[in-house]
Amino acid sequence: MKARVTVTLKLGVLDPQGKAIEGALKSLGVSDVAGVRQGKVFDIELAGSDRARAESQLKEACEKLLANTVVENYRVELL
Amino acid sequence: MKAAVVLFPGSNREGDAARAIEQATGVKPVIAWHGDHDLPAGTDLVVLPGGFSYGDYLRCGAIAARSKLMDAIRLHAEKGGLVLGICNGFQILVESGLLPGVLMRNADLRFVCRMQHLRVERNDTPFAKAYAKDQVIKVAIAHGEGNYVADAETIARLEGEGRVAFRYCDAEGQLGGAANPNGSINHIAGVYSENFNVLGLMPHPENLIDGLVGGTDGKGMFSSLAAFRRAA
Repeated sequence: MKARVTVTLKLGVLDPQGKAIEGALKSLGVSDVAGVRQGKVFDIELAGSDRARAESQLKEACEKLLANTVVENYRVELL
Repeated sequence: MKAAVVLFPGSNREGDAARAIEQATGVKPVIAWHGDHDLPAGTDLVVLPGGFSYGDYLRCGAIAARSKLMDAIRLHAEKGGLVLGICNGFQILVESGLLPGVLMRNADLRFVCRMQHLRVERNDTPFAKAYAKDQVIKVAIAHGEGNYVADAETIARLEGEGRVAFRYCDAEGQLGGAANPNGSINHIAGVYSENFNVLGLMPHPENLIDGLVGGTDGKGMFSSLAAFRRAA
């Protein structure tokens, strides 16, 4: 089973990297960009085919390591 | 004073930390491997040194914070044992939950490596007895992710409980402007745990212990630690 975990910064947390990317896009002429927040994507391969179990394992992975829940949110998708 | 300096893959300041401790205590600290289950028997102080543990992969300190020895260090801290995390060590302490908050990318996105003044916020702790309250000390900083961030409630609690250990300042002790190298909330350079036995800070006092190399303002921290144990 394949899954994708997306980790993003919580709203209100300053994202200087996103700001720098936003500035670079504007300087490249992509003028409609009004804001950029950057994050991380993890493509994860899981053994087994139990979807409920997979979801709970991925949640555990996020809580234990993949996201720092002080400043980050995560989203789990089974593909 | 029995000290252990923890070595993670990618640590690079363990020698500096060990030298500062030996100079202050007369005893060479043990270098403890992160994969061990237990701290050396009778450890009083655990030091998490600076560096780039696990290449800063995922988030600075994130993977090191989940290593085996961290469980023993958590237990050591719960029992009142001293823990000092410097630079990457501070990042490991916040990732492990031993200290609140998080260290984000520097506000200007640049790695900053320079001398920096700090204001000592309190001197009634095992780490800072040798300093005066509000003393301005000059130490080195070298980090790309030192921007201390926590939610408003956590910051209010830290300030209310007097848990800010050091703040970035200028030579006169003034806060703000260019004296804040990374955008840290309230100019926070280091914080204590609830019981003041765990300290995490971004600056490197262990590099300022010898007049031949830049100054000796860092010595106070290690002499404080040495004296604390002797008095106990």
